[in-house]
Amino acid sequence: MSATAAYGHVGAGTAALQALAQQAQGLGDGDKMIINMGPSHPATHGTVKFILTLDGETVDDIDIHIGYLHRGFEKMCEQGTWQQVLPYTDRLNYVSPLCNNVGYVMAVEKLMGVQITPRCSYIRMLASEISRMTDHLTALAAGALELGGFTPFLYGVEARELLYPLVEELSGARLTASYTRIGGLLADLPEDYESHVLKALDKMLTLMDKMDKLLTKNRIFYDRMIGTGQLSQADAIAYGVTGLMLRSTGVDWDLRKHQPYLHYNELDFDVILGHQGDNYDRYLCRFEEMHQCNKMVRQIFKQMPSGPVNVNDWRTVLPPKSAVYNSIEGMIAHFKLIIDGHQVPPGEAYAAVEGGNGEVGFYIVSQGNGRPYKVHVRAPCFYAMGVLKKLVVGGMLADIVPTFDTLNMIGGEVDR
Amino acid sequence: MFASLIDATNGLLNKVPAQLFTHPVVNVAVWTVIKFALFVLVFVMGTATVLTWLERKYSAVIQNRIGPNRANLGKWRLGGLLHMLADPIKMLTKEDFVPDTANPWMFRLAPLVAFVPAMTVFAVIPFGPGEHMMIANTELGILFIFAIGSLNVYGAVMGAWASNNKWSLMGGLRISAQMISYEVAIGLTLCGVFMIYGSTDLQDIVVAQGQMIAGFLPAWGLFTQPVAFVLYLTCAIAENKRAPFDVAEAEAELAAGYWTEYSAMGFAVLALAEFVEIVLIGCVGTTLFLGGWQIPGVHGDTPLTMIFQIAAFLLKTLFLIWLQLTIRWTLPRFRYDQVMRLGWRILLPAALVNLVVTGVALMFIDRK
Repeated sequence: MSATAAYGHVGAGTAALQALAQQAQGLGDGDKMIINMGPSHPATHGTVKFILTLDGETVDDIDIHIGYLHRGFEKMCEQGTWQQVLPYTDRLNYVSPLCNNVGYVMAVEKLMGVQITPRCSYIRMLASEISRMTDHLTALAAGALELGGFTPFLYGVEARELLYPLVEELSGARLTASYTRIGGLLADLPEDYESHVLKALDKMLTLMDKMDKLLTKNRIFYDRMIGTGQLSQADAIAYGVTGLMLRSTGVDWDLRKHQPYLHYNELDFDVILGHQGDNYDRYLCRFEEMHQCNKMVRQIFKQMPSGPVNVNDWRTVLPPKSAVYNSIEGMIAHFKLIIDGHQVPPGEAYAAVEGGNGEVGFYIVSQGNGRPYKVHVRAPCFYAMGVLKKLVVGGMLADIVPTFDTLNMIGGEVDR
Repeated sequence: MFASLIDATNGLLNKVPAQLFTHPVVNVAVWTVIKFALFVLVFVMGTATVLTWLERKYSAVIQNRIGPNRANLGKWRLGGLLHMLADPIKMLTKEDFVPDTANPWMFRLAPLVAFVPAMTVFAVIPFGPGEHMMIANTELGILFIFAIGSLNVYGAVMGAWASNNKWSLMGGLRISAQMISYEVAIGLTLCGVFMIYGSTDLQDIVVAQGQMIAGFLPAWGLFTQPVAFVLYLTCAIAENKRAPFDVAEAEAELAAGYWTEYSAMGFAVLALAEFVEIVLIGCVGTTLFLGGWQIPGVHGDTPLTMIFQIAAFLLKTLFLIWLQLTIRWTLPRFRYDQVMRLGWRILLPAALVNLVVTGVALMFIDRK
């Protein structure tokens, strides 16, 4: 009904449409236009649909439909071994896959009681921070594009392109990294990695300066962002919003600081807080967190210890190839891990990391048979999408666009 | 066969009385056609076509990209310049799709309504010295520009309405409100220029800009009416619905706004109308504010100076075009209500104040 109601306002071309329009007007929907935004609308990237009720340009109501990217992630996880779940986690928040990788293996290791090596822990932090930067850069750059600033968008994407080769050097893939392993990592850092990272970071910072100059104090950009998409502290907490969106409202909550995992408690960094939780605050917080990430990466390289990256236990980590091909023990260990999977003791565990958008949590249940009984993901965007309606109703149609961007909804994560 | 054709043509031509070519009406007609061909078809359309390439290439330079470079003739790529040819070929051969529920007549008419006024306005632009260096010599040149130039809003609105698409309609609503608002501001802005030069004849205005203020500063509109220049450029870009005022198109909000449903040549003509209008803004801006064809310190009417002066006009126009492109690729987009607020609350009062200040200043100068 609503679709035809809106049709009538446009001036129908045929008698049938006019009849529909009259019928719809009889429903007494007033002067409001119901319009369908998405799932293939340029602003609804990540695939989501909004059914808007517009009073002129003002948003009267919004009906948010998610689920266009549903792949049955949680069900798929139950089909393979514990290690085979890992590639699926790349496809959750595909802009920062390494954070998801780390979160998932942390949950499994917690249930197994595996203690990873310090070097592995530092490399995981490094990977997470690089991923966080790609995530933030995507959101910042896309935010400029949504407001018609194509130039800052491409500066941001260029900066991100400096970081993807770093992920590629680590894992061999730009996006679908699958870098972590239960009890360790795919491999140690490649040669000369530190110099590559530092060079990329320096270039990235100059590009970010350009973005900063083009956007932050630009009056048009400021007017578009300030006061729009405002989220109150109470709403943020009530809806379970985490991460940058929560911090932009002024709540001091960052898992890296307040529930330290890996070796985050040994790093010196600030939790960036906003004042009023509007788009401009979220933009500034993202920008500043980028600088914090940059600071942390440099510290990680200074503090990183040498040593092995994998635990020395063939029941957790695959044996080296020389052992597989040349010894009966290696061969059997390899076979058992591949065919039977990790022998995770029965029970349940929850581990959470600070992802690009907030708390990425993995809740896993094991029945002790080498395959996950249940893997649930606490996707930060999912909770942010819940509060989206509060941010856009009463605002203008054009404000949906920057709000939806600073919320940084990632379809792969929300829909799973 | 060709020889016989040429003979036949010559035979026909010989039968035409020789006086016909010297008849004043024919003379005017022939010259109008020549001027039209050289100025509008070669310069304006040429620049607009080059702009389709230049905009992409220039934005690429700004954004650290390479830009279009795929179109080629064998091994010649000419820096992507051939995209100017490739695009029309592509647009002409694509399906010209009209949505089922659209109003087909208005849908097809709209691009023309947007395009024709933009082209017509060039008739009154003086591109060189003397009364012959404009296609139509009229005393009310600037009023003609307003009257015809503002017609192209109908093209956008008709296209938006006829598409029968809600996003298009919203773009159409936005553009009609925006263009009407900025038309008011731009009209008041230019009144200051008429007051200074005491004429609405564009050629007179350009001639008056050939004088010097205090012996060194050319009496260009830019120097006598600096505020008006800024206001004019702002309003003109807004009327051309380009960034930062492209709320009617607003690809992130409205898909593609008023031209969402257009494809093939309909789309190309709408896009070309926008580029033609960029040239128009450059031409009018040059005429009113940058001294038209005047080169400071150069006077005389030898053919050589005339050629230089025409070249000066074209160069100044290109400068303003460059300025528009730079603005477009630097600034983000306003929100619809912010555009309206800027128009009515800032630009319009500013134009009025400019008008009053100009009037008071002129009163004192005249008394001396």
